[in-house]
Amino acid sequence: MKTELSVLYDAPGPRQKKITWIGSILTLVALLAAAYVLVYRPLDAKGQFSMELWGPYVAPANENFDQLWDRLGFGLRQTLAAAVLAILSSLIFGTLLAVLRVQLRSVVRRTYTGFNLPVAYLLRGLSWTLSAVTRFCVEVFRGLPVVITIFFVGRGFPEFGISLEILWYLVIGLTIYNGVVIAEILRSGMEGLPGGQREAAEALGLSPLQTTRMILLPQSFRIMLPALISQIVVILKDTSLGFIISYEDTLNIAKQIIGVLDNPIQTYVVIGTIFIGVNYSLSKLAQYVQHRLARGRRTSPTRTGAAGTELETEAVAGTTT
Amino acid sequence: MSVLIDKFDVFAGGFWLTLQICVLAGTGALALGAVMAVLRISPLPPLRAVGTAYVTIFRNVPLTVVMFFAAFGLPALGSNANFLRIPVLDSVFSRLGTDLPYFRFAVIALALYTAAFVCEALRSGVNAVPPGQAEAARSLGMTFTQNLRHVVLPQSWKAAAVPLGSVIIAMIKNSALAGFFGVVGDLAQSADQLTSAEGYPFVPVAIGISIGYLIMTVPLGLLLDRMERRQAVAR
Repeated sequence: MKTELSVLYDAPGPRQKKITWIGSILTLVALLAAAYVLVYRPLDAKGQFSMELWGPYVAPANENFDQLWDRLGFGLRQTLAAAVLAILSSLIFGTLLAVLRVQLRSVVRRTYTGFNLPVAYLLRGLSWTLSAVTRFCVEVFRGLPVVITIFFVGRGFPEFGISLEILWYLVIGLTIYNGVVIAEILRSGMEGLPGGQREAAEALGLSPLQTTRMILLPQSFRIMLPALISQIVVILKDTSLGFIISYEDTLNIAKQIIGVLDNPIQTYVVIGTIFIGVNYSLSKLAQYVQHRLARGRRTSPTRTGAAGTELETEAVAGTTT
Repeated sequence: MSVLIDKFDVFAGGFWLTLQICVLAGTGALALGAVMAVLRISPLPPLRAVGTAYVTIFRNVPLTVVMFFAAFGLPALGSNANFLRIPVLDSVFSRLGTDLPYFRFAVIALALYTAAFVCEALRSGVNAVPPGQAEAARSLGMTFTQNLRHVVLPQSWKAAAVPLGSVIIAMIKNSALAGFFGVVGDLAQSADQLTSAEGYPFVPVAIGISIGYLIMTVPLGLLLDRMERRQAVAR
Protein backbone atom coordinates (compact mmCIF):
# COMPACT_ATOMS: atom_id res chain seq x y z
CA MET A 1 0.00 0.00 0.00
CA LYS A 2 2.72 2.42 1.06
CA THR A 3 4.99 1.83 -1.91
CA GLU A 4 2.12 1.93 -4.36
CA LEU A 5 0.97 5.32 -3.08
CA SER A 6 4.41 6.86 -3.08
CA VAL A 7 4.57 6.06 -6.79
CA LEU A 8 1.60 8.22 -7.64
CA TYR A 9 2.12 11.12 -5.23
CA ASP A 10 4.97 13.21 -3.99
CA ALA A 11 5.75 12.82 -0.31
CA PRO A 12 3.25 15.33 1.16
CA GLY A 13 4.62 18.60 2.52
CA PRO A 14 3.05 20.54 5.40
CA ARG A 15 0.49 22.27 3.15
CA GLN A 16 -0.45 19.06 1.36
CA LYS A 17 -0.79 17.27 4.71
CA LYS A 18 -3.19 19.95 5.92
CA ILE A 19 -5.24 19.68 2.72
CA THR A 20 -5.38 15.90 3.06
CA TRP A 21 -6.53 16.17 6.67
CA ILE A 22 -9.29 18.66 5.89
CA GLY A 23 -10.33 16.72 2.82
CA SER A 24 -10.45 13.49 4.83
CA ILE A 25 -12.64 15.00 7.51
CA LEU A 26 -14.98 16.52 4.93
CA THR A 27 -15.35 13.26 2.99
CA LEU A 28 -15.83 11.34 6.22
CA VAL A 29 -18.69 13.66 7.19
CA ALA A 30 -20.17 13.40 3.69
CA LEU A 31 -19.90 9.59 3.76
CA LEU A 32 -21.54 9.34 7.17
CA ALA A 33 -24.33 11.67 6.07
CA ALA A 34 -24.85 9.62 2.91
CA ALA A 35 -24.89 6.39 4.92
CA TYR A 36 -27.45 7.90 7.31
CA VAL A 37 -29.76 9.16 4.57
CA LEU A 38 -29.38 6.31 2.08
CA VAL A 39 -28.97 3.29 4.37
CA TYR A 40 -30.00 3.93 7.95
CA ARG A 41 -33.19 5.95 7.38
CA PRO A 42 -34.81 3.58 4.83
CA LEU A 43 -33.89 0.56 6.97
CA ASP A 44 -35.23 2.24 10.08
CA ALA A 45 -38.42 3.25 8.29
CA LYS A 46 -38.99 -0.41 7.43
CA GLY A 47 -38.34 -1.36 11.04
CA GLN A 48 -35.29 -3.44 10.16
CA PHE A 49 -33.47 -2.52 13.36
CA SER A 50 -36.23 -3.80 15.62
CA MET A 51 -35.31 -6.29 18.32
CA GLU A 52 -38.03 -8.57 17.00
CA LEU A 53 -35.92 -9.24 13.91
CA TRP A 54 -32.45 -9.06 15.43
CA GLY A 55 -33.29 -10.63 18.78
CA PRO A 56 -32.97 -14.28 17.78
CA TYR A 57 -29.38 -13.60 16.68
CA VAL A 58 -28.01 -11.29 19.35
CA ALA A 59 -30.05 -11.61 22.53
CA PRO A 60 -29.41 -14.81 24.50
CA ALA A 61 -32.65 -14.13 26.39
CA ASN A 62 -34.68 -14.49 23.22
CA GLU A 63 -36.77 -17.65 23.09
CA ASN A 64 -35.41 -18.60 19.65
CA PHE A 65 -31.75 -17.85 20.38
CA ASP A 66 -30.58 -21.31 21.45
CA GLN A 67 -32.50 -23.24 18.86
CA LEU A 68 -31.47 -20.87 16.09
CA TRP A 69 -27.75 -21.02 16.81
CA ASP A 70 -28.09 -24.75 17.25
CA ARG A 71 -29.46 -25.03 13.72
CA LEU A 72 -26.94 -22.54 12.32
CA GLY A 73 -24.11 -24.44 13.98
CA PHE A 74 -25.39 -27.61 12.38
CA GLY A 75 -25.45 -25.88 8.99
CA LEU A 76 -21.95 -24.52 9.47
CA ARG A 77 -20.65 -27.96 10.41
CA GLN A 78 -22.28 -29.40 7.31
CA THR A 79 -20.71 -26.67 5.15
CA LEU A 80 -17.29 -27.22 6.72
CA ALA A 81 -17.55 -30.99 6.35
CA ALA A 82 -18.32 -30.67 2.65
CA ALA A 83 -15.61 -28.02 2.22
CA VAL A 84 -12.89 -30.07 3.94
CA LEU A 85 -13.77 -33.20 1.98
CA ALA A 86 -13.89 -31.22 -1.28
CA ILE A 87 -10.59 -29.47 -0.57
CA LEU A 88 -8.78 -32.72 0.25
CA SER A 89 -10.15 -34.62 -2.71
CA SER A 90 -9.54 -31.72 -5.11
CA LEU A 91 -5.93 -31.47 -3.98
CA ILE A 92 -5.38 -35.21 -4.42
CA PHE A 93 -7.22 -35.37 -7.74
CA GLY A 94 -5.54 -32.20 -8.99
CA THR A 95 -2.05 -33.44 -8.12
CA LEU A 96 -2.65 -36.78 -9.82
CA LEU A 97 -4.05 -35.08 -12.90
CA ALA A 98 -1.13 -32.64 -13.08
CA VAL A 99 1.39 -35.48 -12.80
CA LEU A 100 -0.49 -37.46 -15.42
CA ARG A 101 -0.53 -34.54 -17.87
CA VAL A 102 3.15 -33.76 -17.38
CA GLN A 103 4.02 -37.45 -17.81
CA LEU A 104 1.93 -37.73 -20.95
CA ARG A 105 3.67 -34.70 -22.36
CA SER A 106 7.06 -36.33 -22.01
CA VAL A 107 5.73 -39.68 -23.25
CA VAL A 108 4.31 -38.07 -26.39
CA ARG A 109 7.76 -36.82 -27.35
CA ARG A 110 9.28 -40.31 -27.11
CA THR A 111 9.97 -42.03 -30.43
CA TYR A 112 10.26 -45.65 -29.14
CA THR A 113 13.32 -46.41 -31.24
CA GLY A 114 13.88 -49.80 -29.63
CA PHE A 115 10.59 -51.26 -30.90
CA ASN A 116 9.71 -52.38 -34.42
CA LEU A 117 7.81 -49.87 -36.50
CA PRO A 118 4.09 -50.79 -36.05
CA VAL A 119 4.42 -51.13 -32.28
CA ALA A 120 6.20 -47.81 -32.06
CA TYR A 121 3.47 -46.11 -34.08
CA LEU A 122 0.79 -47.77 -31.95
CA LEU A 123 2.42 -46.61 -28.73
CA ARG A 124 2.84 -43.08 -30.04
CA GLY A 125 -0.77 -43.00 -31.24
CA LEU A 126 -1.96 -44.29 -27.89
CA SER A 127 -0.05 -41.75 -25.85
CA TRP A 128 -1.10 -38.95 -28.20
CA THR A 129 -4.78 -39.96 -27.85
CA LEU A 130 -4.52 -40.12 -24.05
CA SER A 131 -2.91 -36.72 -23.97
CA ALA A 132 -5.60 -35.26 -26.22
CA VAL A 133 -8.39 -36.81 -24.14
CA THR A 134 -7.05 -35.41 -20.86
CA ARG A 135 -6.55 -32.00 -22.48
CA PHE A 136 -10.15 -32.07 -23.77
CA CYS A 137 -11.54 -33.04 -20.35
CA VAL A 138 -9.57 -30.27 -18.67
CA GLU A 139 -10.80 -27.64 -21.12
CA VAL A 140 -14.42 -28.80 -20.82
CA PHE A 141 -14.56 -28.94 -17.03
CA ARG A 142 -12.63 -25.72 -16.66
CA GLY A 143 -15.09 -23.99 -18.99
CA LEU A 144 -18.26 -25.27 -17.36
CA PRO A 145 -19.75 -23.34 -14.43
CA VAL A 146 -19.26 -25.23 -11.19
CA VAL A 147 -22.99 -24.79 -10.50
CA ILE A 148 -23.73 -26.73 -13.65
CA THR A 149 -21.19 -29.44 -12.77
CA ILE A 150 -22.74 -29.91 -9.32
CA PHE A 151 -26.20 -29.91 -10.83
CA PHE A 152 -25.19 -32.49 -13.45
CA VAL A 153 -23.63 -34.71 -10.80
CA GLY A 154 -26.65 -34.40 -8.52
CA ARG A 155 -29.09 -35.09 -11.34
CA GLY A 156 -26.99 -37.41 -13.49
CA PHE A 157 -25.63 -39.90 -10.96
CA PRO A 158 -29.07 -41.13 -9.83
CA GLU A 159 -29.99 -41.41 -13.52
CA PHE A 160 -27.18 -43.93 -13.99
CA GLY A 161 -28.20 -45.81 -10.88
CA ILE A 162 -25.50 -44.47 -8.58
CA SER A 163 -27.18 -43.16 -5.48
CA LEU A 164 -25.09 -41.61 -2.75
CA GLU A 165 -25.74 -39.21 0.07
CA ILE A 166 -26.27 -35.65 -1.16
CA LEU A 167 -23.00 -34.65 0.54
CA TRP A 168 -21.07 -36.81 -1.91
CA TYR A 169 -22.74 -35.30 -4.97
CA LEU A 170 -21.62 -31.90 -3.77
CA VAL A 171 -18.10 -33.10 -3.00
CA ILE A 172 -17.78 -34.85 -6.36
CA GLY A 173 -19.09 -31.84 -8.26
CA LEU A 174 -16.71 -29.49 -6.49
CA THR A 175 -13.82 -31.93 -6.92
CA ILE A 176 -14.28 -32.25 -10.68
CA TYR A 177 -14.13 -28.50 -11.24
CA ASN A 178 -11.58 -27.47 -8.62
CA GLY A 179 -9.39 -30.53 -9.17
CA VAL A 180 -9.01 -29.52 -12.80
CA VAL A 181 -8.20 -25.94 -11.84
CA ILE A 182 -5.64 -27.08 -9.24
CA ALA A 183 -4.10 -29.43 -11.80
CA GLU A 184 -3.66 -26.51 -14.17
CA ILE A 185 -2.11 -24.39 -11.41
CA LEU A 186 0.38 -27.13 -10.52
CA ARG A 187 1.14 -27.87 -14.15
CA SER A 188 1.88 -24.26 -14.96
CA GLY A 189 4.08 -24.21 -11.87
CA MET A 190 6.02 -27.24 -13.09
CA GLU A 191 6.38 -25.84 -16.59
CA GLY A 192 7.49 -22.50 -15.23
CA LEU A 193 10.47 -24.08 -13.48
CA PRO A 194 13.87 -23.54 -15.07
CA GLY A 195 14.65 -26.31 -17.54
CA GLY A 196 17.87 -27.08 -15.71
CA GLN A 197 15.92 -28.69 -12.87
CA ARG A 198 14.54 -31.43 -15.08
CA GLU A 199 17.79 -31.83 -16.99
CA ALA A 200 19.79 -32.18 -13.80
CA ALA A 201 17.36 -34.76 -12.47
CA GLU A 202 17.54 -36.75 -15.70
CA ALA A 203 21.33 -36.51 -15.70
CA LEU A 204 21.31 -38.07 -12.23
CA GLY A 205 19.47 -41.02 -13.74
CA LEU A 206 16.02 -40.40 -12.27
CA SER A 207 13.12 -41.79 -14.29
CA PRO A 208 10.56 -39.28 -15.65
CA LEU A 209 8.09 -40.19 -12.90
CA GLN A 210 10.77 -39.79 -10.23
CA THR A 211 11.77 -36.46 -11.74
CA THR A 212 8.20 -35.20 -11.50
CA ARG A 213 7.56 -36.63 -8.07
CA MET A 214 10.80 -35.68 -6.36
CA ILE A 215 12.00 -32.57 -8.20
CA LEU A 216 9.24 -30.76 -10.09
CA LEU A 217 6.12 -31.32 -7.97
CA PRO A 218 7.51 -30.16 -4.60
CA GLN A 219 8.87 -26.97 -6.16
CA SER A 220 5.63 -26.37 -8.02
CA PHE A 221 3.67 -26.69 -4.76
CA ARG A 222 6.01 -24.20 -3.17
CA ILE A 223 5.79 -21.59 -5.93
CA MET A 224 2.07 -21.98 -6.41
CA LEU A 225 1.10 -22.07 -2.73
CA PRO A 226 -0.60 -18.62 -2.75
CA ALA A 227 -2.64 -19.55 -5.83
CA LEU A 228 -3.52 -22.88 -4.22
CA ILE A 229 -4.71 -21.17 -1.05
CA SER A 230 -6.89 -18.76 -2.98
CA GLN A 231 -8.35 -21.73 -4.82
CA ILE A 232 -9.09 -23.29 -1.41
CA VAL A 233 -10.96 -20.11 -0.48
CA VAL A 234 -12.89 -20.55 -3.73
CA ILE A 235 -13.81 -24.12 -2.77
CA LEU A 236 -15.03 -22.96 0.63
CA LYS A 237 -17.16 -20.28 -1.04
CA ASP A 238 -18.47 -22.68 -3.65
CA THR A 239 -19.59 -25.14 -0.98
CA SER A 240 -22.53 -22.77 -0.49
CA LEU A 241 -23.81 -23.96 -3.88
CA GLY A 242 -24.96 -27.13 -2.13
CA PHE A 243 -28.40 -25.60 -1.79
CA ILE A 244 -29.18 -26.26 -5.47
CA ILE A 245 -29.14 -30.00 -4.81
CA SER A 246 -30.80 -29.41 -1.39
CA TYR A 247 -27.78 -30.20 0.74
CA GLU A 248 -28.48 -29.04 4.30
CA ASP A 249 -25.72 -26.43 4.48
CA THR A 250 -25.64 -23.01 6.10
CA LEU A 251 -27.68 -21.36 3.37
CA ASN A 252 -30.36 -24.01 3.38
CA ILE A 253 -30.69 -23.65 7.15
CA ALA A 254 -30.84 -19.88 6.65
CA LYS A 255 -33.70 -20.32 4.23
CA GLN A 256 -35.56 -22.41 6.83
CA ILE A 257 -34.90 -19.77 9.49
CA ILE A 258 -36.23 -17.03 7.22
CA GLY A 259 -39.29 -19.14 6.51
CA VAL A 260 -40.10 -19.12 10.23
CA LEU A 261 -38.85 -15.76 11.48
CA ASP A 262 -39.19 -13.73 8.26
CA ASN A 263 -35.97 -11.74 8.75
CA PRO A 264 -34.01 -12.17 5.50
CA ILE A 265 -31.81 -9.09 5.87
CA GLN A 266 -30.62 -9.91 9.38
CA THR A 267 -30.03 -13.56 8.51
CA TYR A 268 -27.92 -12.82 5.46
CA VAL A 269 -25.97 -10.13 7.27
CA VAL A 270 -25.07 -12.65 9.99
CA ILE A 271 -24.18 -15.38 7.52
CA GLY A 272 -22.24 -12.98 5.32
CA THR A 273 -20.22 -11.89 8.35
CA ILE A 274 -19.37 -15.49 9.20
CA PHE A 275 -18.22 -16.20 5.66
CA ILE A 276 -16.18 -13.00 5.53
CA GLY A 277 -14.47 -13.88 8.81
CA VAL A 278 -13.42 -17.34 7.67
CA ASN A 279 -12.41 -16.42 4.13
CA TYR A 280 -10.65 -13.21 5.10
CA SER A 281 -8.41 -15.04 7.54
CA LEU A 282 -7.64 -17.64 4.87
CA SER A 283 -6.72 -14.88 2.39
CA LYS A 284 -4.52 -13.25 5.02
CA LEU A 285 -2.81 -16.60 5.48
CA ALA A 286 -2.21 -16.70 1.72
CA GLN A 287 -0.62 -13.24 1.84
CA TYR A 288 1.56 -14.23 4.77
CA VAL A 289 2.71 -17.35 2.95
CA GLN A 290 3.48 -15.35 -0.19
CA HIS A 291 5.48 -12.91 1.91
CA ARG A 292 7.44 -15.71 3.54
CA LEU A 293 8.15 -17.35 0.20
CA ALA A 294 9.32 -14.09 -1.34
CA ARG A 295 11.76 -13.74 1.54
CA GLY A 296 13.04 -17.28 1.14
CA ARG A 297 13.87 -16.82 -2.53
CA ARG A 298 16.03 -13.77 -2.19
CA THR A 299 18.99 -15.49 -3.85
CA SER A 300 17.64 -14.95 -7.36
CA PRO A 301 16.08 -11.49 -7.29
CA THR A 302 15.23 -11.09 -10.98
CA ARG A 303 13.37 -14.34 -11.33
CA THR A 304 11.48 -13.86 -8.08
CA GLY A 305 10.27 -10.53 -9.39
CA ALA A 306 8.90 -12.09 -12.55
CA ALA A 307 7.32 -14.98 -10.64
CA GLY A 308 5.80 -12.50 -8.21
CA THR A 309 3.81 -10.59 -10.83
CA GLU A 310 2.72 -13.84 -12.39
CA LEU A 311 1.50 -15.09 -9.04
CA GLU A 312 -0.48 -11.95 -8.50
CA THR A 313 -2.38 -12.42 -11.76
CA GLU A 314 -2.88 -16.08 -10.91
CA ALA A 315 -4.23 -15.17 -7.51
CA VAL A 316 -6.62 -12.61 -8.99
CA ALA A 317 -7.75 -15.12 -11.58
CA GLY A 318 -8.05 -17.86 -8.99
CA THR A 319 -10.26 -16.11 -6.51
CA THR A 320 -12.88 -15.16 -9.01
CA THR A 321 -14.86 -18.28 -9.60
CA MET B 1 -30.40 -36.99 -29.01
CA SER B 2 -33.53 -35.67 -30.72
CA VAL B 3 -34.10 -33.23 -27.87
CA LEU B 4 -31.17 -31.19 -29.16
CA ILE B 5 -33.00 -30.61 -32.44
CA ASP B 6 -36.59 -30.55 -31.14
CA LYS B 7 -35.84 -28.10 -28.41
CA PHE B 8 -33.18 -26.11 -30.20
CA ASP B 9 -35.15 -22.90 -29.61
CA VAL B 10 -35.02 -23.53 -25.85
CA PHE B 11 -31.24 -23.93 -25.92
CA ALA B 12 -30.82 -20.90 -28.18
CA GLY B 13 -33.15 -18.83 -26.01
CA GLY B 14 -31.30 -19.88 -22.89
CA PHE B 15 -27.99 -18.98 -24.50
CA TRP B 16 -29.34 -15.56 -25.51
CA LEU B 17 -30.72 -14.85 -22.03
CA THR B 18 -27.47 -15.91 -20.34
CA LEU B 19 -25.61 -13.66 -22.77
CA GLN B 20 -27.94 -10.76 -21.86
CA ILE B 21 -27.28 -11.23 -18.15
CA CYS B 22 -23.55 -11.33 -18.83
CA VAL B 23 -23.52 -8.19 -20.99
CA LEU B 24 -25.59 -6.16 -18.52
CA ALA B 25 -23.80 -7.39 -15.39
CA GLY B 26 -20.43 -7.10 -17.11
CA THR B 27 -21.06 -3.46 -18.04
CA GLY B 28 -22.22 -2.67 -14.53
CA ALA B 29 -19.30 -4.50 -12.96
CA LEU B 30 -16.72 -2.75 -15.15
CA ALA B 31 -18.17 0.67 -14.34
CA LEU B 32 -18.51 0.03 -10.61
CA GLY B 33 -15.16 -1.74 -10.46
CA ALA B 34 -13.46 1.22 -12.13
CA VAL B 35 -15.03 3.59 -9.60
CA MET B 36 -13.86 1.36 -6.75
CA ALA B 37 -10.36 1.15 -8.21
CA VAL B 38 -10.21 4.94 -8.38
CA LEU B 39 -11.37 5.10 -4.76
CA ARG B 40 -8.70 2.63 -3.72
CA ILE B 41 -5.87 4.67 -5.18
CA SER B 42 -7.31 8.07 -4.23
CA PRO B 43 -5.29 10.38 -1.96
CA LEU B 44 -7.99 10.62 0.74
CA PRO B 45 -7.89 7.86 3.40
CA PRO B 46 -11.69 7.63 3.98
CA LEU B 47 -12.30 7.03 0.26
CA ARG B 48 -9.59 4.40 0.24
CA ALA B 49 -11.26 2.75 3.23
CA VAL B 50 -14.57 2.61 1.36
CA GLY B 51 -12.90 0.94 -1.62
CA THR B 52 -11.03 -1.53 0.56
CA ALA B 53 -14.13 -2.40 2.57
CA TYR B 54 -16.14 -3.01 -0.58
CA VAL B 55 -13.52 -5.30 -2.05
CA THR B 56 -13.00 -7.19 1.21
CA ILE B 57 -16.70 -7.77 1.68
CA PHE B 58 -17.56 -8.91 -1.82
CA ARG B 59 -14.45 -10.98 -2.36
CA ASN B 60 -15.08 -13.03 0.75
CA VAL B 61 -18.81 -13.57 0.55
CA PRO B 62 -20.03 -16.39 -1.71
CA LEU B 63 -22.00 -15.17 -4.70
CA THR B 64 -24.83 -17.37 -3.44
CA VAL B 65 -25.22 -15.17 -0.36
CA VAL B 66 -25.24 -12.03 -2.51
CA MET B 67 -27.87 -13.59 -4.77
CA PHE B 68 -30.00 -14.63 -1.80
CA PHE B 69 -29.69 -11.14 -0.38
CA ALA B 70 -30.82 -9.62 -3.66
CA ALA B 71 -33.67 -12.08 -4.16
CA PHE B 72 -35.05 -12.01 -0.60
CA GLY B 73 -33.54 -8.94 1.03
CA LEU B 74 -34.46 -6.36 -1.60
CA PRO B 75 -38.18 -7.28 -1.65
CA ALA B 76 -38.17 -7.08 2.16
CA LEU B 77 -36.95 -3.51 1.75
CA GLY B 78 -39.80 -2.90 -0.66
CA SER B 79 -37.55 -2.52 -3.70
CA ASN B 80 -38.17 -4.20 -7.00
CA ALA B 81 -35.08 -2.64 -8.57
CA ASN B 82 -37.30 -0.60 -10.83
CA PHE B 83 -34.50 1.85 -11.53
CA LEU B 84 -33.16 -0.73 -13.97
CA ARG B 85 -36.24 -0.37 -16.17
CA ILE B 86 -34.32 1.96 -18.46
CA PRO B 87 -36.62 3.04 -21.32
CA VAL B 88 -34.51 2.31 -24.42
CA LEU B 89 -32.49 -0.55 -22.96
CA ASP B 90 -35.52 -2.59 -21.99
CA SER B 91 -36.60 -2.85 -25.62
CA VAL B 92 -33.33 -4.66 -26.37
CA PHE B 93 -33.08 -6.59 -23.09
CA SER B 94 -36.80 -7.32 -22.76
CA ARG B 95 -36.42 -8.94 -19.33
CA LEU B 96 -35.39 -5.64 -17.78
CA GLY B 97 -38.91 -4.27 -18.09
CA THR B 98 -40.92 -7.25 -16.84
CA ASP B 99 -42.95 -7.20 -13.65
CA LEU B 100 -41.04 -10.16 -12.22
CA PRO B 101 -37.94 -8.58 -10.70
CA TYR B 102 -35.64 -11.63 -10.60
CA PHE B 103 -33.76 -10.83 -13.78
CA ARG B 104 -32.95 -7.38 -12.44
CA PHE B 105 -31.97 -8.83 -9.05
CA ALA B 106 -29.65 -11.33 -10.70
CA VAL B 107 -27.98 -8.60 -12.77
CA ILE B 108 -27.51 -6.43 -9.66
CA ALA B 109 -26.07 -9.26 -7.57
CA LEU B 110 -23.72 -10.40 -10.32
CA ALA B 111 -22.53 -6.85 -11.03
CA LEU B 112 -21.92 -6.07 -7.35
CA TYR B 113 -20.01 -9.30 -6.84
CA THR B 114 -17.91 -9.05 -10.00
CA ALA B 115 -17.07 -5.37 -9.43
CA ALA B 116 -14.82 -6.33 -6.50
CA PHE B 117 -12.73 -8.57 -8.74
CA VAL B 118 -12.69 -6.00 -11.56
CA CYS B 119 -11.35 -3.48 -9.05
CA GLU B 120 -8.57 -5.85 -8.02
CA ALA B 121 -7.66 -6.59 -11.64
CA LEU B 122 -7.45 -2.88 -12.48
CA ARG B 123 -5.42 -2.19 -9.38
CA SER B 124 -2.97 -4.97 -10.15
CA GLY B 125 -2.59 -3.33 -13.57
CA VAL B 126 -1.74 0.02 -11.98
CA ASN B 127 0.70 -1.72 -9.65
CA ALA B 128 2.41 -3.39 -12.59
CA VAL B 129 3.46 -0.05 -14.11
CA PRO B 130 7.13 0.46 -13.25
CA PRO B 131 7.50 3.09 -10.48
CA GLY B 132 9.97 5.04 -12.60
CA GLN B 133 7.21 5.97 -15.04
CA ALA B 134 5.10 7.77 -12.46
CA GLU B 135 8.18 9.28 -10.87
CA ALA B 136 9.34 10.63 -14.21
CA ALA B 137 5.88 12.09 -14.83
CA ARG B 138 5.89 13.75 -11.41
CA SER B 139 9.33 15.19 -11.95
CA LEU B 140 8.04 16.72 -15.19
CA GLY B 141 5.56 18.58 -13.00
CA MET B 142 2.43 16.62 -13.94
CA THR B 143 -0.44 16.69 -11.48
CA PHE B 144 -2.04 13.56 -10.02
CA THR B 145 -4.81 13.42 -12.65
CA GLN B 146 -2.46 14.17 -15.54
CA ASN B 147 -0.13 11.52 -14.25
CA LEU B 148 -2.92 8.94 -14.15
CA ARG B 149 -4.44 9.97 -17.47
CA HIS B 150 -1.39 10.29 -19.66
CA VAL B 151 1.17 8.00 -18.07
CA VAL B 152 -0.07 5.39 -15.64
CA LEU B 153 -3.51 4.32 -16.93
CA PRO B 154 -2.54 3.85 -20.61
CA GLN B 155 0.20 1.48 -19.51
CA SER B 156 -1.85 -0.29 -16.87
CA TRP B 157 -4.41 -1.52 -19.43
CA LYS B 158 -1.81 -3.85 -20.86
CA ALA B 159 -1.13 -5.57 -17.55
CA ALA B 160 -4.79 -5.51 -16.51
CA ALA B 161 -6.18 -7.07 -19.70
CA VAL B 162 -5.47 -10.71 -18.86
CA PRO B 163 -6.74 -10.61 -15.23
CA LEU B 164 -9.80 -8.67 -16.41
CA GLY B 165 -10.45 -11.34 -19.02
CA SER B 166 -10.37 -14.10 -16.44
CA VAL B 167 -12.70 -12.07 -14.24
CA ILE B 168 -15.14 -11.85 -17.15
CA ILE B 169 -14.88 -15.60 -17.82
CA ALA B 170 -15.57 -16.29 -14.15
CA MET B 171 -18.57 -13.96 -14.34
CA ILE B 172 -20.00 -15.83 -17.33
CA LYS B 173 -19.72 -19.04 -15.35
CA ASN B 174 -21.17 -17.45 -12.23
CA SER B 175 -24.18 -16.24 -14.21
CA ALA B 176 -25.39 -19.85 -14.22
CA LEU B 177 -26.45 -19.29 -10.63
CA ALA B 178 -29.14 -16.83 -11.77
CA GLY B 179 -31.18 -19.73 -13.13
CA PHE B 180 -31.60 -21.05 -9.59
CA PHE B 181 -32.89 -17.69 -8.35
CA GLY B 182 -36.04 -17.34 -10.35
CA VAL B 183 -34.67 -16.19 -13.70
CA VAL B 184 -36.77 -18.37 -15.98
CA GLY B 185 -35.31 -19.55 -19.26
CA ASP B 186 -31.55 -19.09 -18.99
CA LEU B 187 -29.25 -22.02 -19.80
CA ALA B 188 -29.06 -23.40 -16.26
CA GLN B 189 -32.78 -23.18 -15.63
CA SER B 190 -33.50 -24.75 -19.05
CA ALA B 191 -31.45 -27.77 -17.97
CA ASP B 192 -33.62 -28.15 -14.88
CA GLN B 193 -36.84 -27.52 -16.80
CA LEU B 194 -36.10 -29.96 -19.64
CA THR B 195 -34.89 -32.84 -17.47
CA SER B 196 -37.20 -32.71 -14.47
CA ALA B 197 -40.41 -31.08 -15.64
CA GLU B 198 -40.55 -32.18 -19.28
CA GLY B 199 -38.85 -35.53 -18.74
CA TYR B 200 -36.28 -35.43 -21.51
CA PRO B 201 -33.31 -37.81 -21.19
CA PHE B 202 -30.50 -36.37 -19.12
CA VAL B 203 -27.38 -36.88 -21.23
CA PRO B 204 -28.37 -35.00 -24.42
CA VAL B 205 -29.69 -32.06 -22.40
CA ALA B 206 -26.45 -31.96 -20.41
CA ILE B 207 -24.45 -31.97 -23.63
CA GLY B 208 -26.54 -29.16 -25.10
CA ILE B 209 -26.24 -26.98 -22.00
CA SER B 210 -22.51 -27.66 -21.74
CA ILE B 211 -21.99 -26.62 -25.37
CA GLY B 212 -23.90 -23.42 -24.63
CA TYR B 213 -21.50 -22.45 -21.87
CA LEU B 214 -18.36 -23.72 -23.57
CA ILE B 215 -19.11 -21.55 -26.64
CA MET B 216 -18.82 -18.54 -24.36
CA THR B 217 -15.94 -19.55 -22.10
CA VAL B 218 -13.47 -21.64 -24.12
CA PRO B 219 -12.71 -19.19 -26.97
CA LEU B 220 -12.26 -16.38 -24.46
CA GLY B 221 -9.92 -18.59 -22.43
CA LEU B 222 -7.84 -19.49 -25.48
CA LEU B 223 -7.63 -15.82 -26.45
CA LEU B 224 -6.38 -14.97 -22.96
CA ASP B 225 -3.78 -17.76 -23.07
CA ARG B 226 -2.48 -16.31 -26.33
CA MET B 227 -2.35 -12.78 -24.95
CA GLU B 228 -0.55 -14.04 -21.87
CA ARG B 229 2.05 -15.86 -23.94
CA ARG B 230 2.68 -12.82 -26.12
CA GLN B 231 3.05 -10.62 -23.07
CA ALA B 232 5.48 -13.09 -21.50
CA VAL B 233 7.67 -12.73 -24.58
CA ALA B 234 7.37 -8.94 -24.53
CA ARG B 235 8.51 -8.89 -20.93
